[in-house]
Parts: sequence; C-alpha cells; structure tokens
Amino acid sequence: MPTIRIDDTAAVGQTPKPLGLDLAWSKQAKAAIKDILARYPKERSRSATIPLLHLAQREFGGWLSVDAMQLVADTLNLPYIRVYEVATFYTMFNLKPVGKYHVQVCTNCACMVRGSDAIVQAVKEQAKIGELDDHHQGHSPCGTFTLTEVECLGACVGAPMMQVTAQNGASHYYTKLDAKQTKQILKDLKSKGVSELVDTPPADVDPISGGGYTS
Amino acid sequence: MTTTPLPPAPEGMLNVYVDGRLVHVRKGATVMDACKAAEQEVPHFCYHKRLSVAGNCRMCMVEIEGFPKPVASCHWPAAEGMKVRTDSETATTARKGTMEFLLINHPLDCPICDQGGECTLQDLSVAYGGDRSHFHEGKRAVDDKDIGAKIKTVMTRCIHCTRCIRFATEIAGVQEMGATGRGEAMQVGTYVESALTSELAGNMIDLCPVGALTNRPFAYTARPWELVGTDTIDVLDAVGGHIRLDARAGKVMRAVPRECDAINEEWMTDAARFSTDALSSNRLTAPQLRKGRGKGKLENTGWAEAFAAIKEAVRGVRKTRLAGLMDNLHSAEDGYAFRAFMQDALGSDNVDSRMAGNLVDSKSHAAGICNTPFKRWDDADAVLLVGCNPRLEAPLLNIRLRRVVKKGAPVFVVGEVADLTYPVTHLGDTAKELETLLDGKTAAAKALAKAERPLIVVGGAVLARPDGRAIVRAAGELAEKVAMTDSWNGFNVLHDTCGRITALDMAVHPAHGGMATAEILENWRENHVDVLFLYGDCDLTPADLAGGRGTLVYIGTHATPLAAMADVVLPAAAWSEKEGLFANAEGRVQATRAAVPPPLSAKEDWKIFRALSEQVGDKLPFDTLAQLRAAIAEFCPAYAPEAIGTILPAPWQGVGKKGKLTAKPLASSVGAYYLRTAHHRESAWMKTMQAEVAPVQEEAA
Ligand code: SF4
Ligand code: FES
Ligand code: FES
Repeated sequence: MPTIRIDDTAAVGQTPKPLGLDLAWSKQAKAAIKDILARYPKERSRSATIPLLHLAQREFGGWLSVDAMQLVADTLNLPYIRVYEVATFYTMFNLKPVGKYHVQVCTNCACMVRGSDAIVQAVKEQAKIGELDDHHQGHSPCGTFTLTEVECLGACVGAPMMQVTAQNGASHYYTKLDAKQTKQILKDLKSKGVSELVDTPPADVDPISGGGYTS
Repeated sequence: MTTTPLPPAPEGMLNVYVDGRLVHVRKGATVMDACKAAEQEVPHFCYHKRLSVAGNCRMCMVEIEGFPKPVASCHWPAAEGMKVRTDSETATTARKGTMEFLLINHPLDCPICDQGGECTLQDLSVAYGGDRSHFHEGKRAVDDKDIGAKIKTVMTRCIHCTRCIRFATEIAGVQEMGATGRGEAMQVGTYVESALTSELAGNMIDLCPVGALTNRPFAYTARPWELVGTDTIDVLDAVGGHIRLDARAGKVMRAVPRECDAINEEWMTDAARFSTDALSSNRLTAPQLRKGRGKGKLENTGWAEAFAAIKEAVRGVRKTRLAGLMDNLHSAEDGYAFRAFMQDALGSDNVDSRMAGNLVDSKSHAAGICNTPFKRWDDADAVLLVGCNPRLEAPLLNIRLRRVVKKGAPVFVVGEVADLTYPVTHLGDTAKELETLLDGKTAAAKALAKAERPLIVVGGAVLARPDGRAIVRAAGELAEKVAMTDSWNGFNVLHDTCGRITALDMAVHPAHGGMATAEILENWRENHVDVLFLYGDCDLTPADLAGGRGTLVYIGTHATPLAAMADVVLPAAAWSEKEGLFANAEGRVQATRAAVPPPLSAKEDWKIFRALSEQVGDKLPFDTLAQLRAAIAEFCPAYAPEAIGTILPAPWQGVGKKGKLTAKPLASSVGAYYLRTAHHRESAWMKTMQAEVAPVQEEAA
C-alpha cells in the first residue's frame, strides 16, 4: 500500500514560514475589525479569529500567508499557534496563493451523480489546468484560475454546482451547470471581470429557486 | 453484583462499585478516579493527572452497568451507585478496537525507537494489540519537525494525545505547540518550525506516551533497560527537585524527574535535564602540580606529591595571608569540611562562599530562605517580585506562580520586566518602590494589603548589592505589615542554588574579622595573600586573579581556565558522585546520592580536606561520613537525620538592616539561563540551547 505523506506543503508548497511581507490592515479593514470585535465580549476576542482570518484572506490576495495569520494573532493578542491551528483546520482558508478566480467545484455525492466530473473536466479544459495535486487543486498557467475539488457546499438542490470567489472575496454560486455553461462562465469572467460576481454569502441564496442567480 | 440497597455514602461522597468492590469517591470525581480508588489501573494515553482532561485517545474505556455502550472513564462523571467493570469483555473489546485504530498509522519501528522499553503504547499493545489489522489502505507518514536542540521528533509516531500541547499551554505557559491541519492531515508541532522557548520543554518528553518526542541529546546512546537509576536531588537551582540519574558503566547518561508533590510535582527544569554531559566531559581526573613555579606546565601527579606541595606552600605563612573561596554547588559535607579545613586546620578566617559578595545576616535563618513552603505558594492571592525573575531563577516555582495568576492573583514587579509567562504589573525599576508600597497609598499597596496571603519574593541578586540589606529590610517590613499571620509568612528570599543556601548554613563566610570575597581577591592580586584555596570556579574569571604570584590551589571537578592557572590542582567529585546534604530555598534539607563514582583518581571533597588537614595542620575530627554528618547535625540541627526532608520552623526576628535604598535598578541573578552555574557552563548541550534562545551574554567580570 502506498504511504500517504503528511507534509506541510499545504502552505506555499514548503515548510510554513513567514515571508517577510510586512502586512498591515487597510483603513476599511480596521473599521471592519472594530465592527467584528464589537460582536464579542471583550475578554473573548479570541472568538473573532475566524472572521478576522476571512478578512485577512480578502485583504491580502485571496490566501493566508503565515504573515497574515500572524497579523491576525497580533491584532487579537493571541499566541501565533492558536491562529495557525484555526487557519489550517478549515479548507475555506487558502494556505497557498490562488488565481484571480478561485473555482471550487463540488464533487460530493449529489453533485457527483448529477455529473460534476464533467464540470471539473470543463474547467480544466477551459482554464488549461493539468493534473490536480494532492490537495485536489490546480492552477491555470495564466494565473487567472485556480480549480479546487471540494466537498458539499450545501447547494445540492442545484447540483452540479461550483462556487467562484475573487481575490477580494466577492463570490458567487453557479448551480445546475453543464459543461458548456461552465466554459462560458469562465470565458466571461476572464473577459468581463469581477462585476460578474455578486458578493453574496451562500446563505442568502434561495436553495429552491437558486435565488435567481442560477444561469 | 449486589442488588441490596446501598448504605449512604459519607457526606460529599459517592458509592461506586468497581469490579464488584465498593469505593467512596468525591462528588464530581470521574469514573477513572473511582477505578483508581479501587486500585484498578485503567489503560490510558491522553489522560494525565496534572493536565486538563482531553478525552481524545479512547483507550480508557470501561463498561458501566445499564449503559448501552462502553464509556471513556477519564471524563465520565461518577454517579451514586454506579457499577463499573474495568475487565469485562465489552471494555476489553473496546480497548482492543481503540488500539487497532491507533496502530493503523503508528510505525512498527520499536527497534530503532528511543522510547522502546518505556513506551506506553508498546506496553499497552502487549495487552490489547492484535496481531493483524483490518486496515488495508495506505498508512500516513508525517514529516518530522525541528523544534530545537532539546527534543527530537519522529512525528509519524504521534498518536495525537495532545499531552504536549496541553503541557505547553497550561503548565509551561509557552503557547508554541499546537495541532494544525485536520483529519488525516492533522499534525502536532509548532507549524512554523522554531525552537521551543520554555525552560521546561523537556517534560514533554516524559509526557509523550510514545516515541514522538524524545530526548535529543540522549538519542541513540542507551536503552532504558541498560541504565541503573539513582534517586537523587537536583541541586542546580534553589528548588531541589527530585530527580533520578540514569547511569551506564560509570557514566551518567540522562536525568529524569521523580514525583514529589511538595517540591517539583513531577516536573524538571531543562537546565538540569540537559546538562548531564558536563558530568563526563573536561573532568579533572588526577592531581596536578606545576613543576617550576609560575612558568612550568601543570603535570599529573599523585595525591601524596600534591599534598606535599601544599604543605610546603603553607609552611611558615602567616594565617592572615591564607584564604579560601568556595562556590555554590557544594553540599553541607563539602562546605563544613572546607570551612573547618580553613578555620581549624589552617587557622585562617579568610574564607567565603558568597561569591557575589552577598551580605547575609547569619543571625536570622528566616532572612535567607522562602518562609512560604513551595506547596503553599499555590495559596497566594497576590505576588510581589523584588529583583527576581522566577521564570529563569526557579522555573519550577514559576509554574506555581502561573497557577495563582490563573486563579486571579495580581503580580507586581519591582525590578526589570521580563516575560514571565503571565501578565504582571510593573511598579518600577528601583527598590525605592518599596518605600511607596510601605506608605500604603498606591493601588498596588492597597492590593497587597487587601490580599490575605500575599507572597513577597526577593531575588538572590538583591543580596549581592551594597544596599541589599536595606532592601531586604524594607521588603521584610512590608511583609510584616501585609503578609504575616499565624498561618502565613509571605517573606521569601530566592537564592540561585541549593549549594548557596547550604554554604550559608555551614557558615562558610568570614568570622572574627576575616576577609570577604572582594577583599580576598584584591589582596591576592596585590600579593598580600600567599596561598589561595579556590574550591570551584566561584563565578570568577582569570582576570579576577591576574597579578597574584602566590600559590593557587584549585580544588574542583573541571579543567576550567582557573584550574589551568593553579599551581596545585586537586580533582574532586561532582554533585552526582557523592552523598551530600543540601538545603533548598524552603530550608528543607535533602540528601543526594552517588549515581556514579568520581572519575579515576578524583576523590570525594570532604575526604580531600580531611586528608589534607593532617598534612598541613590540625587533623580534622572526622574519619567517616557518619562522624562528619554528626558534627554537621550538631552545628545546624536542620541537617540532623530526623530533620532530613522536613522543614524546620524558622522563627521570625526581622530581617536585613535599615539603610538607604539606592536608585540603581534591580536585576535578576540569572542572565543566561542555560549557563547559570559553573556546572552548566561545562555542558556543550547547554551552550547550544543558550545560543538557540539568545546569543551568549558576556559574563560580568
Ligand atoms: S507528540 Fe507525543 S505528547 Fe504530543 S500529541 Fe503526539 S503523542 Fe501526544
Ligand atoms: S453535494 Fe454538491 S453541493 Fe451538496
Ligand atoms: S484517557 Fe480517556 S480518552 Fe484518553
């Protein structure tokens, strides 16, 4: 049986270390942090770890460098390891840089039986992405797209589906896809840009109708 | 099992049956506690009595009557009338299942694993392991982590019990270990690889139930079953923790802690654990003599020749021109014999052990010890540190301070600020703050006055200052004012080593107007001292002795630069090679035992002084260790056989001496933690570990 090597390459393809990026929160981010912190009792500001990690991911290019995690830790006055633990636990945090658009195709049960393999294939072809790596991820040579196969995103009723997220966090669920549509969506994204994406958290999508956002 | 109604349990207790045996446990106790009370050992990995309960290994399964499934006993609350079975088929099958899961990814590398022979997983798999697995998928292999010079990691062996993480977080107070990733990709480590900064990190080695974290310096040097253990005391700081030295073929291979609730609980400092290499490197193994005084080379010689040379050197020299200095690693036997040798055999009063020149007031025992027993430090509800960094001076006591801080006790610091692993309120750098506290008007003063059991800790370095006695007086007055009741004396002085306290007890300081350290050194440099007996390195550098043309006699364990300056060198036994009595900071006297014999021709120290006394003057009146100990017991009752291991009451008579408090900032006695004594400075591992945390600081000459 092959051995499964558990290494640290989830982080930038090498042992995690700070990159010396010298990050700082923008003015808007600072205001957002103030809002977020107001939601928790003062001595429980640790609860803000996840919202702040999301914020950092939007702020600093769609992924979390060790530097970004440390900035979050410093902001919340936490030991670094406590933030590393959280950031590495959730797959929604990207530990490696991603393309301009992060395309997450669900390949879980419902989507799979409704043909998600074809969607993955369509994204690969359109974005010229080769074999996916151990973390089920691949990047287009142009740097525009990163494809990740993910587990259920909670939109099974619109299976097969994919979520596309821009580096600034703007995100959209595309449901009831077929290969042709998928290719067209990617084409449009590349030519027309972010305006195509509505920054709608998945919870706001009406699961039955697809909230009118389905193609 | 019985069906008759149970008699009511005593107040606050519960009736629990374990394997048919009735035991009483506290309300709130766990099923594991009940099993322990019934003397039934439940196998476990993640549970540890001094750490929080994690309940993640699932090895501690037991069956409870009426429960549909086996339960993890370590976190299941015991209830009235519960009937627990630790040995039923259900329990055993559950444990076997857990074991099979654990062994899915655990490598079969016991033959090359340093934990082999003392591995919980190995032991329990003998009882619960199967000889084959249902698992046919790939095994995981985890990259090893570099977490510094102390701990070697083989992370594929990790069973994710999280004991190391909980120790670092809860006890050491250094949040550096964690679990990153999830599911199959979960890893235990520091994520960003870096050396652990705790002075207690080595304890994770003992806690790790498998061979994932092992002693790095000790790696691949010996198997546990080849080692002969000797129960002894760690005398390298002032706490005197219980340890065991493991030796093989006359060489100390490693040191591990022993349990002692009153002192070290079950922890050990890294400075003690990882400095054992010093005991077998660069040792003096034969007497040495400089042929052709001043210029010649030191050459090995016999004891008789060396003694003859000393006899020659002291012949006809006036007693005031003889002097002796002793350092801080010696037992009561050593100190008593050395002082007797200087004072009685040679007739010289110029003898001192207070290297930094600390002025003690020998009248009051309470002035030089921790009047609050260590165990009671846990009860403190406010803390004042005066020129003291407990994290570096006594890491084992810092654990207790962390504990009271967690319970809400405020910590005030007078002196330099450092990261003590808990938040502190810095009052100021100088001892003048004590006056403010005595005035009682500030918030800190009020907090101390309001506290019922405040703990005042004065660092050892304070005593070495010209205004040391005045500071001790001020701190003592403050203690009298706020920290003294019938059941509580909150005044504590924390010396740097057990030997320092022991030497003071043995009165190794000038009597009848003899010279103290600074004076002795000055007179030596100016050639008013003809023969100087240097007993250990005494924290001196060659520059301190430069210019002296008298005869330098070095009695010690290591070939240090000072030994190289000597005219006669006498090889002595290290602390691990002799039976010795040492007082710790609480004033508790404990006995060390010899783990190995002294190397080659080296001799036990007191025997050297006894033999030499016969050559140079009056023979000292003890021929055996028993006679010497009897003399010591008479001299200081705390060292009497019946007092060993206990704390004798130290009556309070006020401390220190009224004087002016200067504006010189207070500093801690320990700068470079891993190089804190002459013993540590001989250890290559200690140098590596010091370099890891901070560049080696220059010793103040
Ligand atoms: S390294 Fe050892 S102590 Fe730490 S989680 Fe793994 S098995 Fe437990
Ligand atoms: S299975 Fe694809 S969204 Fe649920
Ligand atoms: S000891 Fe109970 S779950 Fe680990």
